[in-house]
Amino acid sequence: MADPISSSTKNRTLLAVIGDEDSITGLLLAGVGHINENQKKNFLVVDTKTQVSTIEAAFQDFTERKDIAILLINQHIAEKIRPTVDRYQQAFPALLEIPSKDHPYDPSKDSVLKRVQKLFGE
Amino acid sequence: MSGTGARENVFATRMALTNTKLRLKGAQTGHSLLAKKRDALTTRFRTILKKVDEAKRKMGRVMQMASFSMAEVTYATGDISYLVQEQAKQAAFRVKAKQENVSGVMLPAFEVDRVSGSDFNLTGLGRGGQQVLRAKEVYAKAIETLVDLASLQTAFTILDEVIRATNRRVNAIEHVVIPRLDNTIKYIMSELDEMDREEFFRLKKVQGKKKRDTAAREAEEAANPPEFEEFAEGESTGDLLSSKDEDVIF
Repeated sequence: MADPISSSTKNRTLLAVIGDEDSITGLLLAGVGHINENQKKNFLVVDTKTQVSTIEAAFQDFTERKDIAILLINQHIAEKIRPTVDRYQQAFPALLEIPSKDHPYDPSKDSVLKRVQKLFGE
Repeated sequence: MSGTGARENVFATRMALTNTKLRLKGAQTGHSLLAKKRDALTTRFRTILKKVDEAKRKMGRVMQMASFSMAEVTYATGDISYLVQEQAKQAAFRVKAKQENVSGVMLPAFEVDRVSGSDFNLTGLGRGGQQVLRAKEVYAKAIETLVDLASLQTAFTILDEVIRATNRRVNAIEHVVIPRLDNTIKYIMSELDEMDREEFFRLKKVQGKKKRDTAAREAEEAANPPEFEEFAEGESTGDLLSSKDEDVIF
């Protein structure tokens, strides 16, 4: 059990972001931005015109990439693809729902916190 | 008793009994070990659960602060998002994974691995450079919180899975394996007892028959002429000590 984890975590060093423009700008300022040799970005800017299918595709893409350790996604965007997010159970990459400027954080919607709450409720 | 419940398909021998008893002992040891592991993991799980809950709430506050500093930047410099997005090339902010061993389960923990790059040095050169710098720091701090939270969350997910698997095993041993071995032992014991009784009964029968035979022969001997007696006595190889030979005198 220990071995596949160690080999899979070693190469995972990047953070990926799916978020609105402000969140992305801030996180990129801190230096998470990365463009690999295939000109693939590790972030996706979502605005009101972005299709849900695009978000979904990016989510799939980021969760399947082997070099991403943590995937950050704005909560209001996660809300758009909620079934996909709730179905996501893998340990790697770790999925984090973060609040955005216009949408304050709502713990009751978070898929992980929902599980936490359920376990505490037992 | 032996017929109830599932049992293993073995021959009722002492050998099989010893083997089964050993296996039962092994199963019991395994059960107690697994139960201990489960308890240790659950304790850990509870603490992580609490931490995750706290960290999530903290993240809400931290991100709010970060958004605020971003707003300051936008106010001072104007929209820099396009500039920043185009300038991103190599990640300066990465994470490193290290591992922690909790009763045989490897839990990953992320660590911030920050290379102080010279990215975005020209951003806000005209005006608002200070705000940009501050936003950078605030966001870096926020991401550190996020990374901490991510490792907690990963540990949470992995532990959840491992605890489930351990629970399954503990229950399987407790409710399937041990009763089965118990039944097998009971079956072998009863079968061996049965064989014992049969053997005892057989011996008794044999003895009874022998007694009857002797009685019949004695009765026959008493009825028949005694001339056979001497012969019979001479024939008997019985006690040499009781019959005394005549002294031999030369």
